[in-house]
Amino acid sequence: MKVNESVALEHGLSKSEYKKICELLNKTPNITELGIFSAMWNEHCSYKSSRLHLKNLPTEGKKVIQGPGENAGVIDIGDDDAIVFKIESHNHPSFIEPYQGAATGVGGIMRDVFTMGARPIANLNSIHFGSPRNKKTKNLLRGVVRGIGGYGNCIGVPTIGGQTCFDESYNGNILVNAMTLGLVKKNKIFYSKAAGIGKPVIYVGSKTGRDGIHGASMASAIFDEKIEEKKPTVQVGDPFTEKLLLEACLELMAGESIIAIQDMGAAGLTSSSIEMASKGKLGIELNLNKVPCRELNMTPYEIMLSESQERMLIVLENGKEKEAKKIFDKWNLDFSVIGKTTNSKKIELFYDEKKVADIPVDTLVENSPMYDRKWKKSKLPKKNKLNKDNFKSLKILNVLNKLLSNPNICSKEWIWEQYDHTVMGDTIQKPGSDAGIVRVHGTNKAVAASVDSSASYCYAHPLTGGKQVVCESWRNLISVGAEPIAITNCLNFGNPEKEENMGEFVECVQGIGEASKYLNFPVVSGNVSFYNQTKEEGIKPTPSIGGVGLIKNYTDMVTMDFKKVDNIVLVIGKTEGYLDQSIFSRDILRVKTGPPPEINLFNEKNNGQTVLNLIKKKLVRSAHDVSLGGILVAVSKMCIKGKKGLEIKKPKKLINQFEYMFSEDQGRFIVEIEKENYKQVREILEKNSVHYDELGIVLDKDIVIDEKTKVSIDDLIQSNNNWLNKFMEA
Amino acid sequence: MNSSVIIFPGSNCDRDMDVALKKFGFKNKMIWHNDSELPKNDLVVLPGGFSYGDYLRCGSMASKSKIINSVIKFAKSGGLLLGICNGFQILTETELLPGALLRNKYSQFICRNVFIKINESENNYFKNINKNILELHIAHNEGNFFCSTDQMKRINDNNQIAALYCNKDGEVNEKSNPNGAMNNIAGIFNKEKNILGMMPHPERMIDKYLSGDDGSIFFQNLLSNLK
Repeated sequence: MKVNESVALEHGLSKSEYKKICELLNKTPNITELGIFSAMWNEHCSYKSSRLHLKNLPTEGKKVIQGPGENAGVIDIGDDDAIVFKIESHNHPSFIEPYQGAATGVGGIMRDVFTMGARPIANLNSIHFGSPRNKKTKNLLRGVVRGIGGYGNCIGVPTIGGQTCFDESYNGNILVNAMTLGLVKKNKIFYSKAAGIGKPVIYVGSKTGRDGIHGASMASAIFDEKIEEKKPTVQVGDPFTEKLLLEACLELMAGESIIAIQDMGAAGLTSSSIEMASKGKLGIELNLNKVPCRELNMTPYEIMLSESQERMLIVLENGKEKEAKKIFDKWNLDFSVIGKTTNSKKIELFYDEKKVADIPVDTLVENSPMYDRKWKKSKLPKKNKLNKDNFKSLKILNVLNKLLSNPNICSKEWIWEQYDHTVMGDTIQKPGSDAGIVRVHGTNKAVAASVDSSASYCYAHPLTGGKQVVCESWRNLISVGAEPIAITNCLNFGNPEKEENMGEFVECVQGIGEASKYLNFPVVSGNVSFYNQTKEEGIKPTPSIGGVGLIKNYTDMVTMDFKKVDNIVLVIGKTEGYLDQSIFSRDILRVKTGPPPEINLFNEKNNGQTVLNLIKKKLVRSAHDVSLGGILVAVSKMCIKGKKGLEIKKPKKLINQFEYMFSEDQGRFIVEIEKENYKQVREILEKNSVHYDELGIVLDKDIVIDEKTKVSIDDLIQSNNNWLNKFMEA
Repeated sequence: MNSSVIIFPGSNCDRDMDVALKKFGFKNKMIWHNDSELPKNDLVVLPGGFSYGDYLRCGSMASKSKIINSVIKFAKSGGLLLGICNGFQILTETELLPGALLRNKYSQFICRNVFIKINESENNYFKNINKNILELHIAHNEGNFFCSTDQMKRINDNNQIAALYCNKDGEVNEKSNPNGAMNNIAGIFNKEKNILGMMPHPERMIDKYLSGDDGSIFFQNLLSNLK
């Protein structure tokens, strides 16, 4: 096939990009070379629209071993142990083919983690769907949940947490973000940087097929009505092979033979070989006839662009091939020496003894395009003046029941019961908690993780929203007694070529940066997904934040269920009654405008650290952060989990009851404490100038607001559980 | 006491079982599916997971693996053979146990705590057990026990039902049946009661920080019966 500008455009490259390629190569590329450029230069692989802004994120810290730029981030958790973790999107494929899209998303992120030598110990996910009224939503949800479960369950890695949101802005573009945590010894971390000349380059894992060709390009484009035609670009997952690949790689890694290792993810063999060469400032020569293929007559172009799953590329020490092959034979996986490292700093591909591609590595990586795209700053919307007379027609318990059965607040048990969350025998907090927790096997330590997003806040004001998500992640970790360490982010946005969308991205990233810097909660890995757009409709800006924290002694962990009748319940942090953008405003009052709640980073940090301090002193029996739905929803969840009730006292200075109960002021927690510890707790709170309200006393089985206003926990459980079950059954 | 856990490609509860057995005092060895001999054992365990990807039918490829002949020989000579989850599926595929495990009634993977009632305690697994209703964990897609009327008659005649799904008060009813299993069957024995297959995972419930601690009762009791 003859390459010209129109072929380049079909490959998703722009005219100027094609021109630049011709200049860099000093010739017209052949089709294989063009394919390689298109794979490396698309948004998904090159971060061409985001790089400029991402570099402002704080990525360093005392506990950071590896920040962004590798397959995943790595943090130190003491005693020679490290946690490798990352979150990644698989949005576009999941909309086209929900089961395989979600499954391979999980598979891909696990490979990123075990590529670094870590055994995956926990999975999480953040999934966003369109309105429940949208006719596609139910099947997409069902398919995605099955896909996530189908892959993770088979591998035998517990899915310990996540979040599921519904909003009409995802009607045409769902989000599937998968996160994995792995455990590794600090001195056994593997990197993708090749080193040494003449070292064998090894292909291991599944055979290469024609699936997923142009997957990364598809993930870098908006959807139109022809989206069904893109089904062949969705990869097909084989978790069984991945399980074998995981065990085989870890077995090989126990020895000393690997120089560099990289999984074949987006853009398959192309990006893996080029990244290894680029990081090592080397060249790589590959003989494509040696690549194990699943189908006959695959062309070099297809071999290089296939996104078949469960494959790895390894640079080995010389002379270790036999030893390594034995391991892969044991696990019944393909093992093929397909090339070697060279000093040419070029990617040179041979097929049928002919050179079929010859590209300097730096043209693909360092010289890849980087854009300073135009972006528009968002104004802070004007606050709403809500007419409190309107509240008079509302009954507080009706509102509570409505909120508990709201799709974004209701119990997600139907979902997480389909995920194996207990395999590996170390899950000590399950999904449905503020954060999932797994023990570090064989030690007293445990690792907590949570995933959060707040698209409505980010949409209303991206800068505040960006900060808020980081703070929420921080609070979730603290609520279980974990010291927050670092985050990974999955930045899901619309079309970066539109100023508004680009502005949302820039300001969310700025917000994330500010909060994570202030909280000393650095970003160690992540991924950007643009073009979550169908025709003219883009999604709300949705950064998902995956936070990871450490509990030094897992017996100190705290859960959110109320424990004992007569214990005192406090609200930590000040309730101003801020309703704009709260779920109460949006779904009960139907007021969707206004700015999100303000973030006061000083209060966040001070309140959070003080709560953590109380937990460490063993003064807290249960804790939960106050987020969507405000105080009354938060305590209801604690009641539901603990099958206990609560007698709510009127706070001394009562702002309007609805404002107090449903506002979403930030920086707040609910804690349960024993009566005999109240004095000590008060002293600590006062010493740290932390505002608190005495909210009430734990009861046996009802939430009692006053004589006439009470509801049984059984009724609340019904409200909380029914919506999703009924939705999926209908 | 010596035990072996067989690792098939795709097993994923092998380590959990190893941890549990060792915790309660077994000397456990891990045996690779491609080996042909078993060491001398008091107990052999087929662990949970997705042996060979469960691609043909759950447990079916494992039932033809190289090690399985030794496992069958060991069981036929009276050795204790325990299959959990995928291990149970392998036991029905080898026909060491009757019946089959079909897709769950609601066609969904289920991961949750359940209660089981011990139905038959004249055997090495449940003799002297101090608790009749155990809270254990299930995690499976195909746990819906099914057999023919003739098989069920023999199962009943020989007291082969090991455990039944029940509620926390021990009532065996439809509501407490998580997967549609015939007669709420969670586990069965062979006629001689040295082979036990069950869907629930005792190895995931071995300390109070996990989803529960009742797996400990199972292992402690098993060990003391063997001593």
